[in-house]
Amino acid sequence: MPLLQLEGVSKRFGQVVVADGITFQLEAGSSVGVVGPNGAGKTSMFAIISGDIKADSGVLRLADQDLHRVSTPQRCRLGIGRTYQIPQPFEHMTVFENALLAAQQGARRRGRESYEAAYRALERAGLAALANRPAGSLALLHRKRLELARALASNPRILLLDEIAGGLTDAEVVELSDVIRTLQSDGIAILWIEHVVRALLSTVDRLLCLANGALVADGDPHEVLASDAVRRVYLGGRIINESGIA
Amino acid sequence: MSVEDLTPVDQSITVKRNQIPVAYTLGGVVALAVFFTWAPWILPASDVTILMNFFILVIMATMWNLLAGYAGMVSIGQQGFIGLGAYATLYFAIKGMDPFFAIPLAVIVCAVIAFPVTFLLFRLRGGYFAVATWVVANSAMLIIGSIAFFGGGTGHYLPGLTNLSFKVLNHDTYLAAWFVALVVVVATYILLRSRLGLVLSSVRDNEVASRSSGAKVTSTRRTVFIVAAAGCGAAGAVLAISQPFIQLGNEFNLQWAAEMLFASMIGGLGTIEGPILGCVIFFVLQQSLQNYGAWYLIIFGALAVGVAIWQPRGIWGFVRDTFHFELLPVGYRVSGAGVTNEARSAMRTVRWLRRTQKTPLEQDDKSP
Repeated sequence: MPLLQLEGVSKRFGQVVVADGITFQLEAGSSVGVVGPNGAGKTSMFAIISGDIKADSGVLRLADQDLHRVSTPQRCRLGIGRTYQIPQPFEHMTVFENALLAAQQGARRRGRESYEAAYRALERAGLAALANRPAGSLALLHRKRLELARALASNPRILLLDEIAGGLTDAEVVELSDVIRTLQSDGIAILWIEHVVRALLSTVDRLLCLANGALVADGDPHEVLASDAVRRVYLGGRIINESGIA
Repeated sequence: MSVEDLTPVDQSITVKRNQIPVAYTLGGVVALAVFFTWAPWILPASDVTILMNFFILVIMATMWNLLAGYAGMVSIGQQGFIGLGAYATLYFAIKGMDPFFAIPLAVIVCAVIAFPVTFLLFRLRGGYFAVATWVVANSAMLIIGSIAFFGGGTGHYLPGLTNLSFKVLNHDTYLAAWFVALVVVVATYILLRSRLGLVLSSVRDNEVASRSSGAKVTSTRRTVFIVAAAGCGAAGAVLAISQPFIQLGNEFNLQWAAEMLFASMIGGLGTIEGPILGCVIFFVLQQSLQNYGAWYLIIFGALAVGVAIWQPRGIWGFVRDTFHFELLPVGYRVSGAGVTNEARSAMRTVRWLRRTQKTPLEQDDKSP
């Protein structure tokens, strides 16, 4: 049974279609990348999965549970952790408190167990040294790491990563990819929206391409990027090489 | 120290919640409790009255701070619950109950009324929420004013107190105000140190991220709104007893909202100590400037504007950020190997706060 299943999921705001019959499945421990031009509906798809937006129609299941009537906090507690494209730290709380909130509320841990989970999440994201810093004082890289740490502290089965490598240097991207591969090896399913294609190619097993709210490709990352449909909607028809550079 | 104060996470780090040992804090609270309980017997009646009014304002400001400073719900309608608390006390007193015993019932009445009100108010955010709270307060006043049982617009005296001498009534009312203030501050402290406190801070900072981290935002906000309404109801009940003739214009006066806002803002939003310090400043200024007529209000206004511009985190916020000291801390500090030096970390905090000069109320509205 797939861990996450979307079948014909659609959503529109007036005349704007943000999800047009999206269908795919995500297995436990798999790593799937999502690409597509700006406005393709990638982040909207994440919002539908995490519960920030309610789908108009279609089937959305986590394991054997229908998610349509499940609230955002409840989805997190069921194991859907997400990061935001623009980091959303709790600015007046410390880095540790940011992770602790997710450990206590998302993972339903208490007392010492929640402290441990929060600290472990910070360690995995490389933020343990900054545990007492106010989250609002962090630079971009650390804010992105905090997004990851907070999602990890909620003990996710599926991790939705929204452009977490955007704005990072090459070395930082490599470091981040290593972290994500480790998470995958721990059995966490990864669904990763990213424009830094080289980061995706070095990490994911499968690639989805969205355009105008619809899924236009789903398969091996290199084959998807080489397909005519993807080149037309996403890459403007240019050929890319193995390292993902046009 | 309590077990929770130094909880070992692993061999290398600990999580601290208190800066000073719990025994010292408890000792300080007991000393204050003894002093304020004995105050009616050692202070002149006029000072006792001032202290009583001080404690009523402490209750209001603490509740407003919980609502706005921690949960980010800026209300200008808390006077509605003060009025409802006062009139609930009046209702039970007319029915033959001792007004002092009516205080807990007034608290329950306000909590029960607040519950359905949240379903209306929580559809709104920011400024719209604030205006709606004011509309709710005025609606409550108009409804109460239309009920002849409560004396309509002319008011009604509070029965059940005529057999008490002025001195006894003053002492008893003072003790009620002091006791309710103590309960409200201690309860707020306990609530903010609980897991709910962390959720509240996260909701204030970013509601969307809080939801996606698993926090039940709406029920948390509802709980806090009801607690704040109940607390203001208690303040209204004590207020009713302290001025035994109950009138609409006094109990539902917008001035209460202004005073609790002033005390919280001057003292420091988002801290437990701030509103109490703000109440001290308010009363010291009020007593010092009462002979200067309109200048008294002008100076109050100028002070509020000055603090809002130059020290938006309030006076206690300045003390906390500069000296890294809190009497009643609610946060978590990690210490030990692997964690950046505490002092350096604290200095970064201060620099960031000074650079941004942000208050909890200045966050962008990230609500959906």
